[in-house]
Amino acid sequence: MMNNVKPTWRDNLKALLYLLPMLIIIGIFNLYPIIKSFVMSFYTDYNFFTNKVNALGWDNFKFLWEDQNFHDAVWHTLVFVVGVVPIEVALSLVIASLLYRIKFLAGFFRTVYFLPFVTSIVAISMVWRWIYNKDAGLLNYLLGFIGIQPIDWLNDPHYAMAGLVILAIWKGLGFNILLFLVGLSNVDQHLYDAATIDGANGWERFKNITLPMISPMTFLVTVNAVIGSFKVFDEIFSLFGGQPGPGNSAMTVVYYLYRMFYEQNRYGIAAASGVILFIMILVVTMLQTWWSRRHVHY
Amino acid sequence: MRIKKIAIYIVLTIGAVTMLLPFFWMISTSFKTGFESLQTPPTWLPAKLQWHNWVAAWQAAPFTTYLINSVLVSVVTTFGQLFTAILASFAFAKLNFSGKKIIFSILLATMMVPAEMLIIPNFVTLSQMKLINTYGALIIPWLASFFAVFTLRQSFMSVPDQLYYAAKIDGASDWKFLWRILVPNAKSAITTIGLLQIIGSWNAFMWPLIATNTESMRTLPVGLQAFSSESGISYPELMAASTFVILPMVILYLFLNKYVIAGVANGGLKG
Repeated sequence: MMNNVKPTWRDNLKALLYLLPMLIIIGIFNLYPIIKSFVMSFYTDYNFFTNKVNALGWDNFKFLWEDQNFHDAVWHTLVFVVGVVPIEVALSLVIASLLYRIKFLAGFFRTVYFLPFVTSIVAISMVWRWIYNKDAGLLNYLLGFIGIQPIDWLNDPHYAMAGLVILAIWKGLGFNILLFLVGLSNVDQHLYDAATIDGANGWERFKNITLPMISPMTFLVTVNAVIGSFKVFDEIFSLFGGQPGPGNSAMTVVYYLYRMFYEQNRYGIAAASGVILFIMILVVTMLQTWWSRRHVHY
Repeated sequence: MRIKKIAIYIVLTIGAVTMLLPFFWMISTSFKTGFESLQTPPTWLPAKLQWHNWVAAWQAAPFTTYLINSVLVSVVTTFGQLFTAILASFAFAKLNFSGKKIIFSILLATMMVPAEMLIIPNFVTLSQMKLINTYGALIIPWLASFFAVFTLRQSFMSVPDQLYYAAKIDGASDWKFLWRILVPNAKSAITTIGLLQIIGSWNAFMWPLIATNTESMRTLPVGLQAFSSESGISYPELMAASTFVILPMVILYLFLNKYVIAGVANGGLKG
């Protein structure tokens, strides 16, 4: 076909013209900053106003290596990921499996579960702030019915992370449910029929057919949830009113980056923390890919 | 079997109520008096609808300005992104040029990089262009998205190449073929990408927070955040203001539900 013909310079010029607007924007605001971030992470003496770099070196990474705040940020990020991802993936799989089995009102339920996805995270965090209010909040009121004493969700460092995790799960559920529904609809119905004839019950069918058949989707959902959770920022900023939680208890890597960059103007250190974030995401994605090669059944 | 079905509906209903409860609580509180909102135990519904909360909230901060900014930024970003994506997807789907595979793979790889990392260099670039705290800073970096190109390319590729060659033989230019055949054919994909983008820009927070520094340039989420940290605001007013920010996208979603869901279902994954 034509695609195997060597393109002439006219072909190239034409394609370039079509690609140009996209290439200019992505070049300046995506490609260049990727390289620039790595370079900036080595700026140890940088003047933003004159854009002059006076010194380069590993000092920013050394600083992060020694900074207790950054260690806390990494730790909190990991706690957040571990707190959110397993529950979110499991819950969305359960809800998707249930949704898949009904017809009546299925569209309504899907719409409702998906609603938080289109909702401004800042605006809904305001609502959660109100729900988490210690004295007049809805959550403590509801928990009161099962005998739990009022919790100061947003001001007690022991509960702030839990509050953040609950909000994140609530917000992210619908998106994952939708992906699982796609996965479930791709499972060959004949497998279930055959298993039923062989006398498998509902749980056995779920365990031996559904789970292995949708494992690629489970993998996709998990990777996506992990990456998304690593980058948590908006909900922290708005839930705790422009603070990373009481006593920095919800300081995460991206929040740290924001603080160093925007509040303290330490560009080099901020860029270095961005590089660490990127490496963390890369490592986790690679580990998951490696693990899935052994356990995901296609 | 019947009991099982009922159990499924009960579980799903509990879940749905949990999902809707924050929205209900937001709207219910927005109509309460300040005193009523702080009552313990809380009341589920306001004794009397306090419409004036909404007026008071709207007037307490420059929400009209925020709204205009949000509409402008999301609409221009979305159309700009669709335009650049339509042109680029056409090149990737139908044109023959050198380096196609390499360029495509490099761009695909950029999707792996967390956008949060790019904020620092982009801020520096836009400062040098003297664009910080202008619409330029809010719009220009988002005028192209490889996610949109990637999605649209798939849709363009589903149109057979034969049609392209036939159109060329008939004397149609590439430009004509793109806008008369490919684009109308990919209408639903384009709608989906556009909707996801408009929702994304409307709700965007971190970049507008960083790229603006005066009240007059704020978008709704940034304005709402600033409003919430002012002293002496009441929860009913804050809830009314949150409703302003949430409502437009919820309405858009309820009307165009099908496209949003299709978009996400078709691997609408933003890294």
